[in-house]
This record gives sequence, C-alpha cells and structure tokens, in this order.
Amino acid sequence: MSQRQIIQAFEQYQKSRLQFVQTVSDLASRPQNIEMLQNAGVMSLLRPLMLDVVPSIQQTAALALGHLADHSDDLAEAVVKEDILPHLISSLASQNNSYKKAAAFVLRAVAKHSPELSQAVVACGGVDALVVCLSDFDPGVKEAAAWALGFIARHNASLSQSVVDAGAIPQLVMCLLEPKVTVKRIAASTLSDICKHTPELAQTVVESGAIAHLAQMILNPDAKLKRQVFSALSQISKHSISLAEMVIEAEIFPAAVVCLRDQDEFVRKNVCTLMREVVKHTPELSQVIVNCGGMAAVVDYLGNCQGNLRLPGIMMLGYVAAHSEKLAMAVILSKGVPQLSLCLSEETEHHIKAATVWSIGQIGQHTPEHAKVVATANLLPKLLELYMDACSSEDLQAKVRSPTQIKIRYD
Amino acid sequence: MAELMKIETQVELFIEEILHRHNQAEENRKRENQAAIRIQSWFRACRVRAYLSHLHKKAVIIQKIWRGFTARARFRQMVKEAYFIMKMNFYEEMAVRIQRRWRGFFVRKYTHNFYARKRYLRGVLVNNEFVRRDLDELEELQRREKNCLELVKEQTAKVYLAHRSHHLLSTKQCPGVFNPPFKPAPHEMEQLLRQVKYQPPTRLAPGGGTRVLGMPSPAALSVPWTRESPWIKTRRSCCSPRFTLPPIASKKQQGLLREPGEVWEQHVNCPDLTLRLQTSYTHLEEAQNHLQQLQPAKFYRRTIRTGNMLHNQGLNSDAFTKTAYAKKFIL
Repeated sequence: MSQRQIIQAFEQYQKSRLQFVQTVSDLASRPQNIEMLQNAGVMSLLRPLMLDVVPSIQQTAALALGHLADHSDDLAEAVVKEDILPHLISSLASQNNSYKKAAAFVLRAVAKHSPELSQAVVACGGVDALVVCLSDFDPGVKEAAAWALGFIARHNASLSQSVVDAGAIPQLVMCLLEPKVTVKRIAASTLSDICKHTPELAQTVVESGAIAHLAQMILNPDAKLKRQVFSALSQISKHSISLAEMVIEAEIFPAAVVCLRDQDEFVRKNVCTLMREVVKHTPELSQVIVNCGGMAAVVDYLGNCQGNLRLPGIMMLGYVAAHSEKLAMAVILSKGVPQLSLCLSEETEHHIKAATVWSIGQIGQHTPEHAKVVATANLLPKLLELYMDACSSEDLQAKVRSPTQIKIRYD
Repeated sequence: MAELMKIETQVELFIEEILHRHNQAEENRKRENQAAIRIQSWFRACRVRAYLSHLHKKAVIIQKIWRGFTARARFRQMVKEAYFIMKMNFYEEMAVRIQRRWRGFFVRKYTHNFYARKRYLRGVLVNNEFVRRDLDELEELQRREKNCLELVKEQTAKVYLAHRSHHLLSTKQCPGVFNPPFKPAPHEMEQLLRQVKYQPPTRLAPGGGTRVLGMPSPAALSVPWTRESPWIKTRRSCCSPRFTLPPIASKKQQGLLREPGEVWEQHVNCPDLTLRLQTSYTHLEEAQNHLQQLQPAKFYRRTIRTGNMLHNQGLNSDAFTKTAYAKKFIL
C-alpha cells in the first residue's frame, strides 16, 4: 500500500468519526430522539470519541454528551459511571475555548439533576477546574463555567461551601463587571444560588463586595438580568438583620420600587420577594420601605398579577403590618385591605389563601380601630366561611382561627 | 403518921403522877414538838409571805412607773414617726402628681405623638400618591418606548423588504403588484418602493445599503435608534464614505463617443421624423437646423424614441461639449 492510501484510510476514518459525532450532537439536541439514541447505546460509543485525538471531534462529542445528560437523570448517572468526568475536568485546563464551553456544558448538565451527581462532579475536582475557567478571557467560557457552578451550588449548603472554598466568589464578582449581559446574568444567578443556603455563605459573598455591583445593575434595561439581581439580593437579605441592613445601605430602595412596574412579571415578583425578605426583620427596615412609597407600589402590583406571583406581595404586607400598629395603619391607608380581600376572593390555592388570611390577621390585631377596618371590609364572614369549609387545609384553618378570635375579641 | 402515910402515898401518888405525867408528857412531847414546829413554821411563812408581798408590791410600783416612762417615750417617738410618714406621703403624693403630668406630657409629645403619627400617615398617603403617579408615568414611558422600538423595527424590516424587492416596482409599461389598475391609489408598499433608491448589490451588501429619501415618521420620532439601522439615513453626508466606488469597467459612455453608424442613422432617420411631425413648407430646413443645434445629443436617439425633443435642451451645456472634445483630442 502506498503512503497516500494509508493516509487516505486514516482521513476517511476521521471524516466518518466527525460526521457521526456531529449527527449525534444534532440529534441529541432534540428531546424526542434521545430515547432512541439511548437504546442504541450512544453512551458507550461517545466515550472513546471523547478521548479522540482530533480536538473538534472531542468538542462535538462533549456537546452531544451534554445534550444527552441534560435531558434525563439516568443518562447523567451513566456519564458519571463511565468515568468521563475526570478526563473532561483535566482537559478543561488545557484545551481551546469551544472545548471548555462544551465541557462546562456537560458538567452543568450532569450536576443539575441531583445532589449526588453534583457531589460526584465535586469529587472529581470539577469545581477547581471551573473556577480556573472563570478567569478565562473569553466571555462564553466564563458564562458556561459560572452556569455549571451555579447548578452545583444550587442543591445544598455543603456543595455551595465547596464551591466557595475553591475561591469562586471573587471571580464571580469580577464576572459581574463584564460588559456582556449574558455573563452578568449567569454570575448573578450563581451568586443567588450560593447565598440562599446559610448566613455564613451569604456573609462571604457580601464581604467580597457583591452588593455594590448588584445594586448598580438594578436599572439595567435587560429583564433577565434584573430578575437574577433581585433574586440574589433577596437571598442575601433573608438570613439576618445585619445582612438586610447592608442591602438597604446600598440605597437600592427608591430605584427598586420603579422596577415593580417592569414589563417582565418575574422581575416584579423578585423585587417583591426582596422587599419581603428585608421587611421581615425589624420595624426600622419596614419603615424604610414604607417611607419610599413601597406600600403603594406593592398594592398596585398585587392588583396587576395573578396566582403564585402574588404570594410575596401578600406576605410582605403581612410582615409590615405585624411590626407595629403605625405600620399596620400605613398598610391600611395604602388601600391594603380591599386589595387583600380581592386576593382572598380571587385566589383558589390554599397556601395563598392561608397567607392572605394571616396578613389580614396581622393587620387587624393591634387595636379596635384596625379590627374595625377589617370588619367593615366584610372580611369576617369570609374568614368564618373559610374556617367552616371542610375542604380547606389544616394550615388554612389554623391561620383563620387566630385572627378571627382576635377580631371578635375586639368587636 | 397517917399524914406521913398520906404524904407517902401522896409521894407515891405524886411519883406515880409524875411518872404518869412524864409518860404523858413523853407521849405528848413529840406531838407538841411537832405542833410547835408547825406553828413556828407557819408563822415564819407568814412573815416571809408578808415580806415577799411587800417586795412584790414595791417591785410592781417600780415597774409600773418604769413602764409608763418607757411607753410615753415610745409613744412620743411613734408620734414623731407618724408625723414624718404623713409628711412623706404628702410629698410623695405631690411628686406623683407632678410626675404624672410630666409623663403624660412627655409621652404625648415625644413617644406616642398623635399629631406626628397623623402627620406621618398623611405623609405616607401623599408619598404613596406621588410614587403611584411617578410609577404610572414611568410605566407609560416604558410602554411607549417599547412600542416605538417595535415600530422602528417594523419600519426597518419593511424598508429592507422594499430594498430587496425593487423588482416589484411598477413601470410605465407594466403596473406592479402593489399598483393594480382597479384601485384608486397605489398600496403603501408601492410608495415605499418608489422612495427606496435602488443600488446594485455591492460586496458589502448589508453595510452599504440604500439611501432613503425623505423617510416617514419613525426617523423623526426616534433618531437615536435609527442611527443603528443601515437602511435609513437621515443625513446624506454620512452616506458617501460608505459607498464603494463604482467598478472601473462600467459601460457608461463618456462624452461624445458615438458608435460608427449612429450619425448616419440619425441623418437617415431624420426625414421620417419630420414627416411624422407636421407638414410645413420650411419644415425640412427647420428640422435640419434643429438637428444641428442638438449636435452633442447622444440623448438625441432616445429623444427620437420617446418623442420629446425639447426638454433636453437644458442638458446641453457648452462646458460639457468642450471638455468632451478636449478629452477626445488628448486621447
């Protein structure tokens, strides 16, 4: 055989490998094909292709694996079992940008299903490699790495702690300053996932100066970014009074009230959640929010949305009213009671009704004046009716009982 | 002797008597001793008793006097204390009155200030109103912005479409799709097509786009956005640097270069034209004069075809002819 024929044979093989891997990747991106691919045993075929010499084949194989793992739980477990992860992670350091993106995509797809899979990713040293990727120049790589870290940190506190221990937080805060919006979004969402578990993690995030950067991004026109920013701020402030105070000191509040009229409903919901978490702690914090006109905005927000989106707003009114009778009066004056009674009559889900009832109870509990307001809104018969209703849940009944007692005592 | 005997018997009797008495006395001695002792002790007891009662009485007197003394002193002390306590009560009562007034004043003024609370709640209401109004305005603004953006996007899309479908423009011969004869006025697309100046696609097709002459309202409404769109130019000056120069091998004729048979054809065809036009006596001469005047007319051919000779006179400038001839000689 001549040299040319030998080389031709190799080239043909390479071409067919590349074609196969590209086809599989395209097929895998459509969910209906994945079952059949799985039955055809695509996992064991893709695994040697991941170790291929040609970088583009590796990359495309990684992409295909990512799509497969993304789709279902057991495929992700199969990825872990086949020991593909260590190789992926070791090559994360060395290869080119598209490979890094594909590898980060695979890690993300594996980690998103359950804590055990995330633990497997962490155990192979995935977190350190991803943190190294976070300091890469290419924004696409940063985005993919941050997303993967976010999914790992989402599940529980120990995984978040391992992410933090690898030094991810300063890098994520740097990512917040990137010009590209997508990177900012993902960095904010990852910070939000890290902060949500324990106060210590939130404290670590705050100490790296994240709040100032997050506060600057509040008036950004991009809706998805705003969602993540507000979610991150609310996760930080929910843990303790000092953290909530730090969030307030960043002077977000008059600006955040504007975002309650944003076009995107999830931005509005997250702003409301942030307000609720801040208001929970002390009367002074509630005072700050009432003083910047938050009550009116929240009551209007409750009027504009439906269903589960109302829940943070309702709870926020309840928390504010619970602190003191002056704040409860402020809630009443902001037309809170008619709005809450509307919510009570319109909503069908029990937990929302329970929350509404609790809020009404908090408003009316302080003095006979307050109770009178609640009574004149014709809420007492409704509360009784809810209590008598046999199909309402235990929680709802318990929540109804205490306010009604208080009201009746005052009347 | 008898008396002696009597005395003797008396002595015997006497001795018997003495013995008897002695025996009696002996018998009674103890009893009498006991009695005497008893009497004596009783007497002594009486004496002692009298003494003791005397002592008691005296002691009682002393104690009585002492107790009276002590009690009076104590009483004096009690009176003093009671007086003191009464004074203190009085003072305290007065102090309580002062404190009560003060506390009421202080609490009403500083802690639970009713008017401050009222003012605060009114302030909250007013603030709420302001915030509601501001938020409404902002929302309105945002909505308008969004609508504007959408309109601009729509408009740019339409312009792009017009740019790409220049071939649908209606000509004199053949009315286009957007200009059907049975409608009183052409469709807006037709207007757009007419406005969009056609340019043959250059290599940088998306960059060097068309110039739109006099674009309608979106350009006026939202200047900052339209700068990004390549197809709408509000100023002509920014257009020219973007155009590529026309290719050198263009088929435009310069100046007066005419094809060989053209002049001959003109001369030949001319009599036909004059025949068509009118039949005046000197018409031939007039026509020939006219022909000579229109000498540099390469438009002449076209004018023959369209039947309009006169309107092209303005285009014949001497400068044009002279430069053309000059170039010819230089070449």
